Amino acid sequence: MDLLTNQILAGIATGAIYACMALAVVMIYQAIDHLNFAQGEMAMFSTFIAWQLMQWGLPYWWAFIATLALSFAGGVIIERLLFKPLANAPVLTNVAGFIALFAIINSVAGLTWDFTIKQFPSPFGSSPFLGSQLISTHQAGMIGVTLVLLLLLYLFFQFTRVGLAMRAAATLPESARLVGINTSWMVALGWGMAAAIGSIAGMLIAPVVFLEPNMMGGVLIYGFAAAVLGGLSSPFGAVVGGFLVGVFENLAGTYIPEVGNELKLPIALALIITVLVIKPNGLFGRAIVKRV
Amino acid sequence: MSALQETITGETPVEATPKKYIALGNYASVVVVLLLIVAPLFMKNFHIFQMTMVLIYAIAVLALNILTGGSGQFSLGQSAFYAVGAYTSAILMETFGVNYAVTLPIAGLICFAFGFAFGQPALRLSGIYLALATFALATAMPQLLKLGYFEHWTGGVQGLVITKPDAPFGLPLSQDMWLYYFTLVISMVIYVFSVNLLKSRSGRAMMAIRDNEIAASAMGVDVALYKTLAFGISAGITGVAGGLGAIAVQFVAPDSYTIQLAIALFLGMVVGGVGWLPGSIAGAAFIVFVPNMAESVSKGLSGAVFGLILIAIIFLLPHGARQIAYTVQHWFNKLVHR
Repeated sequence: MDLLTNQILAGIATGAIYACMALAVVMIYQAIDHLNFAQGEMAMFSTFIAWQLMQWGLPYWWAFIATLALSFAGGVIIERLLFKPLANAPVLTNVAGFIALFAIINSVAGLTWDFTIKQFPSPFGSSPFLGSQLISTHQAGMIGVTLVLLLLLYLFFQFTRVGLAMRAAATLPESARLVGINTSWMVALGWGMAAAIGSIAGMLIAPVVFLEPNMMGGVLIYGFAAAVLGGLSSPFGAVVGGFLVGVFENLAGTYIPEVGNELKLPIALALIITVLVIKPNGLFGRAIVKRV
Repeated sequence: MSALQETITGETPVEATPKKYIALGNYASVVVVLLLIVAPLFMKNFHIFQMTMVLIYAIAVLALNILTGGSGQFSLGQSAFYAVGAYTSAILMETFGVNYAVTLPIAGLICFAFGFAFGQPALRLSGIYLALATFALATAMPQLLKLGYFEHWTGGVQGLVITKPDAPFGLPLSQDMWLYYFTLVISMVIYVFSVNLLKSRSGRAMMAIRDNEIAASAMGVDVALYKTLAFGISAGITGVAGGLGAIAVQFVAPDSYTIQLAIALFLGMVVGGVGWLPGSIAGAAFIVFVPNMAESVSKGLSGAVFGLILIAIIFLLPHGARQIAYTVQHWFNKLVHR
């Protein structure tokens, strides 16, 4: 029984990371209707910036805040330079753009910071949480940060003018423009927020998987899976999806003998496809009715 | 979710023309074919091998083009079908001693069945969701090939080594040269088949689904059948490419067929022009040569150079090689009709 509880808690903790990535994915998906394949690399780059700032002697939380700000700016710049001109291009062209961005960021990070594995500090420490052997403080911290983030996003979208404007721009761009919302900048804002959220995910997972240019590959796939599972139109769904994927991944790895580490990912994806076949818009997504 | 279909429609899609004759192409394609026949006579063996790989990837890109450009479905899992084709050929040749040429149609048929079966659950998914499902297939494939159960056949992590076929009938051709012409013939057969497929009744049914699924079904098109059929045909052709690829490289191993291959094929399609079949060969040339070029510009930054080239292409030529072809054709017509 202890093993089960332990695995579920550990699953929730890694699920928190997936949830963060999924939140970032959903932010951009809401803004421009595309999955950002470079999201993981953006998060990795942000994490490297945080690491570099700390190497230069900045304390953790200052580096954390500076990284958030820099990532936000970076996201806005990427949108302005690369994806604004592509706004009316075909979807497949956009996907190619994401792949190009992926290659560029990965290569630049590799050249700047090389491919050796680096330690990344945890702000929460790694001692057992509240004296229990089941979960470490860092894991508890990851869960806490994700939940706080979700709450902040909820408050932002529900109770601020900008949040309302962003939602309007995402659902009905033409009408939003008519009432004076600058939809183009709302998209850029979405990118900035997604980059910042991604950087949080990166900084949370770096103490676990260590810092190197390819660290986010697997995480992003789980992030996509979580976002799609929860429904791409719902930040809440993305977080729930993240936790579900994390728990399922851990349980499958522990209890299905043949699975082990190698097949964890395919099994998790197979589950998600099964869910999607039954419920094509994800668990919390809205069904879209089309008119001919 | 319908965004994908809309945009594919938005960019001058494959025309649905009635089938009056067997299409063989125009003067331009005759020139290209002649070039492809003559060029290897003046090349080193390594470059002939590269050209062979271009043709093989062109077949795979063509297959993806039938799926995406033809029926509007999006797949990031083509590497899985390519792998199944490659392993089918490899196992048949090495374990059962089957002639390499005979393994290709078998690889095609097995992949057709595989793709058709995968198309069944995929029917309910569209756009991004379908992309994720096929992506899952692509990530799972290398792991499945490594599984202990199949190791007896697949050689596990080590993979299988294949002997390269000699030219038959005592023809005075090097192995590379022979394989090149063999591949060229097969790719031309597949190309003609694909062009005629898209012009046929089934092709028009697929395009109707791509343009508007609901309207197509209201007009009596069996949407489920044609969508799965498109998946099956695309997978089958990719399987043939995979088999050829295995013979050309003389080696199959699980890690040759990762998601990166699927992404490369996808890029090939975008660079060539979505839904424009002749573009497949330009796209294939892109995925074979541009990474090498990027490497030679800068070793450390090859990824960045590759990315910048890709961005330049999608900015300057959003419709890929097809755009160049149309421009050239336009000039040519002006010149002729002056």
